[in-house]
Amino acid sequence: MKLLLTGARVIDPAQKIDAKMDVLVENGKIAKIGTGPFSTAKTKDAGKIKIIDLTDMIICPGLIDMHTHLREPGQEYKETVASGAKAAVAGGFSSIACMPNTDPINDNRSITEFVKRKAVEANLANVYPIGAISRQSAGEQLTEFWDLKEAGIVALSDDGKPVMDAALMRHALEYGHSLSLPIISHCEDTNLSAGGLMNEGYYSTILGLGGIPVSAEEVMVSRDILIAEFTRTGIHIAHVSTEGSVRLIREAKKRGLKVTAETAPHYFTLTDESLQTYNTSLKVNPPLRSAEDIKAIKEGLADGTLDAIASDHAPHARTDKELEFEYAANGISGLETSLALSLRLVNDGVLTWPELIAKMSTNPAQILNLPKGTIAAGADADITVIDPQLKWTVDVKTFYSKGKNSPFHGWEMKGKAILTIVGGEIKYALPSLNL
Amino acid sequence: MKFTRKDILGIKDLSVDEINLILETAESFLEISTREIKKVPTLRGKTVINLFFEASTRTRTSFEIAGKRLSADTINISASTSSVVKGETLIDTARNLEAMNPDVIVIRHSAAGAPHLLATLVKQSIINAGDGAHEHPTQALLDMMTIKEKKGRIAGLKVAIIGDITHSRVARSNIYGLSKMGANVVLAGPATMLPRDIEQMGVQVHTKLEDAIIDADVVMMLRIQLERQKQNIFPSLREYSQHYCLNSRNIKLARKDAIVMHPGPINRGVEISPDIADDPAYSVILDQVNKGVAVRMALLYLLTGGSE
Ligand SMILES: [Zn+2]
Repeated sequence: MKLLLTGARVIDPAQKIDAKMDVLVENGKIAKIGTGPFSTAKTKDAGKIKIIDLTDMIICPGLIDMHTHLREPGQEYKETVASGAKAAVAGGFSSIACMPNTDPINDNRSITEFVKRKAVEANLANVYPIGAISRQSAGEQLTEFWDLKEAGIVALSDDGKPVMDAALMRHALEYGHSLSLPIISHCEDTNLSAGGLMNEGYYSTILGLGGIPVSAEEVMVSRDILIAEFTRTGIHIAHVSTEGSVRLIREAKKRGLKVTAETAPHYFTLTDESLQTYNTSLKVNPPLRSAEDIKAIKEGLADGTLDAIASDHAPHARTDKELEFEYAANGISGLETSLALSLRLVNDGVLTWPELIAKMSTNPAQILNLPKGTIAAGADADITVIDPQLKWTVDVKTFYSKGKNSPFHGWEMKGKAILTIVGGEIKYALPSLNL
Repeated sequence: MKFTRKDILGIKDLSVDEINLILETAESFLEISTREIKKVPTLRGKTVINLFFEASTRTRTSFEIAGKRLSADTINISASTSSVVKGETLIDTARNLEAMNPDVIVIRHSAAGAPHLLATLVKQSIINAGDGAHEHPTQALLDMMTIKEKKGRIAGLKVAIIGDITHSRVARSNIYGLSKMGANVVLAGPATMLPRDIEQMGVQVHTKLEDAIIDADVVMMLRIQLERQKQNIFPSLREYSQHYCLNSRNIKLARKDAIVMHPGPINRGVEISPDIADDPAYSVILDQVNKGVAVRMALLYLLTGGSE
């Protein structure tokens, strides 16, 4: 079946396209894109072609969420590869990369292959496993990068278990770089963050909750930049949450270092002030910071210091969150709100549409060396269609993710993915489209 | 004034009028404790559950006596947070307790915000008897009651709070309460025990005890948790006591008629030298204990509809 998507505004930063065009999909690939004669030939192929009128919609390369947690194997009650992939396509993501902190941890070929097999069975989004830097993510001994790469990982990270040993990080950067495997660093000095439950500042003080200082993140951002510089490699900084981190990354980029960085929607949307009711759906690591940090994150996104927006999708069961704040799990179920929260940046004039698409597709593809992130002719037909005007209300009960842990429940949103195409097949369509 | 609040979770939420009503009600109950038959039938048929996830003989006993003097049925439940899967106990216990339909649940918990969680789970009134480093509202109320009795007022007084402010729920509740009532609150402690941005609570902050207690009307000394030494927030008890212990020498910096308070139990010679702690000219520590019962009686009374 061919697909002809007509009438939409097509945005593809990789090709510097932002224009009204038609897109023809054939055999899982982008066959044609343009305003040429194939638009007028719509009727000739009648019967063999499905024509979808997308007037007033936005077509972009399939969105890529480079930082998710899928919980399988080990914690299938929180999320499975299949439920996570379903949430991904419903959120507009045709591809996701998943962190290795499953149980057991993805530190060897068999887990990587297992996750990939589960993704194939689910047959929804492309799922790219990220392998652990160290065995058990214990921060002591490197995993077999080479073997993991052959098994299909696209990057390495000990996300959630920060690499405290600087020499281990050095060796990971060197060895990973030689295999073209990016290292994704969860920057947190666990001595500085020990006992911390939220951002350290006025609100942690009045709530009596242990504080996580911004410096816990910043000293590690600084360390990793310096090690990457010395080893002539590169580093990707995960979930940037502080003004100081943005400044350090900006300065590193200015010096020409190969440093890339992502932030998550909650870090430009919510502050620690919102924690005053001890609402555990707001408990996340790194923690929600201050209004000044939000301002700096937005500036970092606008000037290109922050390359990507990733959800840090961290699904949890009700029983993991309905607890005293101290005992509740960290994380936000983010796949189904990430795009709408990021669209607020466009509506607020922080980012242009092409800049947003770059941060949610083009750049993540580049950072992870994925053959994705564009809808040039010949590319895989991974396409996201967004209705920029669609008003909707977040309702966790309607999430496809098993994780209903969202602080955005009840929020009014504008803009939503209405169609997610992966490899030329429609994997999600808003029911009201009647396709 | 009618008291319409369902719960007492912290002093932060209370208005000046509410604090005054609680203190006045407590004063009227003070006399009951001096009677030969120390019991009134006010809360007959009501049930109060003392749910303590953290050991505290003093506070629990005080609540228990308060309930009994008002003829409420009081039940003590001690739960350990370490022996069970963390947190699940609170939710499960809450649901179980709710099914037994008590009128008031008093909760003490090591996790800040636990009483707030409980309050969202059950329809009964919740009294926070201390949650982590967050608040200890009944302690602040009894402290305010003591100060009011000894000084005749709270407004305009200089109150110095000394010690480990970071880990002190007593300090936070008192800062809220005393500031609302018009006192000038000044803090002092080692820099490692002063939580970030605490001055935004409207207090003056010093790192030397002497700077804080000059001309103070009230000096409130906080308890040092000896195990904090392991976190490296102070080098030794020896050095701490040399610089932050209230003694007969530095007390002279305060006003002549200054009173000395401590939420107890005291580490004598660490926070307060024995001569000051036991000197009735300064120490009002036993008055605090006495007021504690009256304040808790007042809260039980007001929360069960006593002002109607
Ligand atoms: Zn992380």
